[in-house]
Amino acid sequence: MDLFLSLALVVGKSLLMIVLLLIYIAYALYADRKVWAAVQLRRGPNVVGPWGLLQSFADLLKFVLKEPVIPASANKGLFLLAPLLTAVLALASWGVIPLSDGWAIANINVGVLYIFAISSLGVYGIIIGGWASNSKYPFLGALRSAAQMVSYEVSLGFVIVTVLMCAGSLNLSRIVMAQDTALGLLGWYWLPLFPMFVIFFVSAMAETNRPPFDLPEAESELVAGFAVEYSSTPYLLFMLGEYVAIMTMCALGTILFLGGWLSPIPFPPFTWVPGIVWFVVKASFLFFMIAIVKAMVPRYRYDQLMRLGWKVFLPLSLFMVVLVAAVLKLTGLAPGVAQ
Amino acid sequence: MKLDQAARALLLKEFVSGFILAMKYFFKPKATINYPFEMGHRGPRFRGEHALRRYPNGEERCIACKLCEAVCPAQAITIEAGPRRNDGTRRTTRYDIDMVKCIYCGLCQEACPVDAIVEGPNMEFSVETREELLYDKNKLLENGERWEREIARNIRRDAPYR
Repeated sequence: MDLFLSLALVVGKSLLMIVLLLIYIAYALYADRKVWAAVQLRRGPNVVGPWGLLQSFADLLKFVLKEPVIPASANKGLFLLAPLLTAVLALASWGVIPLSDGWAIANINVGVLYIFAISSLGVYGIIIGGWASNSKYPFLGALRSAAQMVSYEVSLGFVIVTVLMCAGSLNLSRIVMAQDTALGLLGWYWLPLFPMFVIFFVSAMAETNRPPFDLPEAESELVAGFAVEYSSTPYLLFMLGEYVAIMTMCALGTILFLGGWLSPIPFPPFTWVPGIVWFVVKASFLFFMIAIVKAMVPRYRYDQLMRLGWKVFLPLSLFMVVLVAAVLKLTGLAPGVAQ
Repeated sequence: MKLDQAARALLLKEFVSGFILAMKYFFKPKATINYPFEMGHRGPRFRGEHALRRYPNGEERCIACKLCEAVCPAQAITIEAGPRRNDGTRRTTRYDIDMVKCIYCGLCQEACPVDAIVEGPNMEFSVETREELLYDKNKLLENGERWEREIARNIRRDAPYR
């Protein structure tokens, strides 16, 4: 009975999280398009609902009501499994993200590892989707996409290692608490680990196939990369998975570098604000940065992308891991290994 | 030089200046107008949907001279002429414009000696089937009635330059 109750509680929490997350993402999509439009002196979506606020829901409806076309030569089961896999895996990583003090569905000790493992599995959705389409363009698109995601995961891993060394824990809540100093805003890891923050930001964009690294699906040049054969709800699931992954990266950046739910100014009028508000504000700020990068940076060429990943970010982050470790050891600032 | 370049890359100089530029544009007034709700300016020579005009006393202007049919480069106009029943004057018995063929060059309007066929200011006449774009004489005369004020004003405003 007790087990059943706690299970029901977890299911309830997860459902609430998914619903709120999807609503948030609907508006993040809207904001993304608005930011993009504003930089190009356009208006962006402004017809559906007041100021176009219901645009994302109209798009959702359009996707759902369209006919899903499944190519005759496609492997039907895998073809439909792939988008589902992408969306589910992207959503799964939100299970460990602490939105405020103790507000995580599962406050597990290896939260960072879990998120990292789950987001790496996202590649499978793309590979399977590209392969199951049984057509050459999706397949090539999937290969490019997978190569890109795998390359940037390496440097992303080293970036996270530096943060882990400073925080002394793999638990996301503990990483946030380790940034809780009297310095407030300046005590968070973005300042002492600034180069790593930049690498994290850029790698996060490459990892989630965001512009300027969206060359797997480069909508102005290619058709849609691995998603060429997809339409209707399966395509929607791919899109959803992509945006959820972007939000995951924003949340992870918030936790690792921007002090999670902590108030930027650590005394009363600001600490009274609930932690979730700070968390959402910070994650939204990161998303805004990602959105505006889309508007201002031209797309990378494939060889440039690989050069940046393997010849710049990997050595740089590796060097920073050694440097941070040495500094922590020599100054004695290294935290004791926490439980 | 090499060091200089590396320093600029590490400090994200291009990125920061690009960000500042993007933010400048972000807060600029929008260049686009809110189209379905507000219209842009259209000059008096705007070549939109066709219309057949009437004289103020209600008489059709068109005398079936077929100059527009002859000049039409897309051969979108079809005219059949015949004497009108009550007074025997030469009139069109059929005046069709295939709006799908039409290239909106305005030559029919230029050729017309009596200002009967004109291209009005209307540009929002999209329809759902192809057949609806095959305009006949009734449709064109109806357009003339609907848009007469704007058409007359445009012709008046354009007259000094003709």
